[in-house]
Amino acid sequence: MSRAYVTGNHAAGHALAAAGEANRRARGCCGGAYPITPQTEIIEYLMAHAFARGSVVPVESEHSAMGVCIGAALAGARAFTASSANGLLYMMENVFAAGYYRLPVVMVVSNRTLGPPWNIWADQGDSLALRDAPWLQFYCDSHQDLVDTILVAFRIAEDLRVLLPAIVAQDGFLLSHTQMVVDLPEQELVDGYLPPLDLPHHLDFGRPRMYGGMTWPRDTQRQRADIQAAMDRVPEVLDEALDDFERSFGRRPVSAFSAEQTGDADIVVVACNTLAETAREVVRARRAAGERVGLVRVKLFRPFLRQALVDAVGPASRVAVLDRNHSPGSGGIFWNEIATSLRSRPDVVLQDYIVGLGGSDVAPAVIDGIIRDVGTRDTAADPIFITEAVA
Amino acid sequence: MNVTGVEEEVHSHTEHALWRAGNGACAGCGMSLGLQWVDQALDGEKPTMVVPACCAVVTPGSYPTTAFGVPAVATTFASSPSVATGVSRVRQMNGEDIPTICWAGDGGTYDIGLATISGAAERNEDIIYICYDNEIYGNTGGQRSSATLPGARTSTTPAGKHEPKKDIMAVLVAHRIPYAATLSLAHRDDFLRKIRVARRLRGFRFMVMLSPCPAGWKSDPAEGIDLVRAAVGCGLFPLYEVFDGRRYRINARPDGTALEDYLSRQGRFRTPSFDHAATRAAIAEQWAYLDAMEAAFPAGPREGSDVPAAPPPPPIAPEANGPVTGP
Repeated sequence: MSRAYVTGNHAAGHALAAAGEANRRARGCCGGAYPITPQTEIIEYLMAHAFARGSVVPVESEHSAMGVCIGAALAGARAFTASSANGLLYMMENVFAAGYYRLPVVMVVSNRTLGPPWNIWADQGDSLALRDAPWLQFYCDSHQDLVDTILVAFRIAEDLRVLLPAIVAQDGFLLSHTQMVVDLPEQELVDGYLPPLDLPHHLDFGRPRMYGGMTWPRDTQRQRADIQAAMDRVPEVLDEALDDFERSFGRRPVSAFSAEQTGDADIVVVACNTLAETAREVVRARRAAGERVGLVRVKLFRPFLRQALVDAVGPASRVAVLDRNHSPGSGGIFWNEIATSLRSRPDVVLQDYIVGLGGSDVAPAVIDGIIRDVGTRDTAADPIFITEAVA
Repeated sequence: MNVTGVEEEVHSHTEHALWRAGNGACAGCGMSLGLQWVDQALDGEKPTMVVPACCAVVTPGSYPTTAFGVPAVATTFASSPSVATGVSRVRQMNGEDIPTICWAGDGGTYDIGLATISGAAERNEDIIYICYDNEIYGNTGGQRSSATLPGARTSTTPAGKHEPKKDIMAVLVAHRIPYAATLSLAHRDDFLRKIRVARRLRGFRFMVMLSPCPAGWKSDPAEGIDLVRAAVGCGLFPLYEVFDGRRYRINARPDGTALEDYLSRQGRFRTPSFDHAATRAAIAEQWAYLDAMEAAFPAGPREGSDVPAAPPPPPIAPEANGPVTGP
């Protein structure tokens, strides 16, 4: 291990490059690179890296960045890219295509507010807009978690039981541009963790096939059912990938959810990314003051493991969801998933709080206020917007 | 595991052909003949086809059958050059000298795919890009594209299109790519030679083929090749090639064929607003330009006829200029 004091973007660049490099023993790696704040340093890192067998293409748009990933993966290479916000939406058509082709592309998303109006700060509405795409989605709360999860993501995406692409998300600026001491895994360890990619349906001249041609409804239904079945196999593959990760690197990244002090909690806060970091401090302080408060951090959003969420929440009677995103006319996107999961727990008062939109600061006092608020509720209200004035 | 959309090999008496029998192309489809000629020009070599949304995605047939006898990727509409970039780069880094061919219609080339083509051309990716141009969105029933001729009736220009046809050759030539050429289905030797020239060169090679579409042109399916011959003969579709975006060669000159001979056999030009004089003026202007360019910047005598094969591309060199610096 080499310990380094780096930004989230630098850490992500290191992990993507190491994963790509590990496939030099097979057909190499390739990706498309297009700049957008706040992920630009990731693609800069990749462009500056001297791959033994690899090529990162500085393309003319995000749409083409994913196009390159699709072509490269079909030709048998390990493929990756990074994006944010409107770039991600510009790429969206090919994001869906990569999943429907069943290509194990890994993309880092530095979460940023969708515009207009233009705003470069953190908001998870960009990657969550892709929630209906055939992609896995991981949300990271620290620099180390980001590095580790990128490697785990390749491992799961390329597993023949899954064979789906994966997004690994971090909060723009709050993580992408802040620095922490991180273990950056050495190439030898990554080589051992990520086996050479052998895509079963890569372009093969011995077996000419058409990729993504026309299908009838019956076959399309089968394809969608196959994708759901692959999503259903993620938990077992994830467990194996984490076991192996622990053996290789000596630490174990968080699985789908982390439950902190929920075993006897009356109130549980649910959050992801850096919001979970802040909430963790608040929960600890409340615990120290004798209140039975717990935290569930959402790490894996797709597939959303409903029973695991219910288990993580535990016996609490009140749950407060922090959503740094907004689905107009509905509410928070995490809240929607959690409400579906908790339909087996009609006794739970589940309240959604929409916080930190457009990168607004979510100070510990805001989360304190939310815990106080949910504690007074006997029934849930519509999703509540926490604006600066209220906080 | 079933990966739907990946079609199993289908054996037929033409199983080794690039474009096999049993496809669903319309009678008189120029695209279908063009694919067969590309196959002949490659002398048995098997390319990878990268095809955006167009008739070449629909006519091969539905899963699990395909008329393509080589690997073919059906991409999103604007993505054939970017997907081909990925394929070509990976082939190159693994030392595989296999041509990657984008095969796209005019909608995917002149309109929605233009930025992607420009990107791949500017990077000089090792791709052969062939546009089969029927001057409409044929797949969706015949709407105007920026390749549609002025005056032509389409489902979205019921009274005839007002704007001139985009000069896609000039657009690509301006990228200074190694090779750009027009292809005629009425000039088979010229067609095959140009495909072979393109195959011998490296980098981004662009060709555009006038592709008869009886359904869209409202023409007799049996007359497609005659129509292309008339388009070349009257000067409307010049046959020429440009090396490195700078050196021009005209391959066939107008032979006195009347413009009316081309127009009168197609229902799409039967509009009250069709301006014959303006069309003749545009043709004359185009030829004045091409003649001037050829005179000023002629292709060398050997170019395009006896070009020695380029050496295989070197493995892609690491793109780094130095160590990655910390924050």
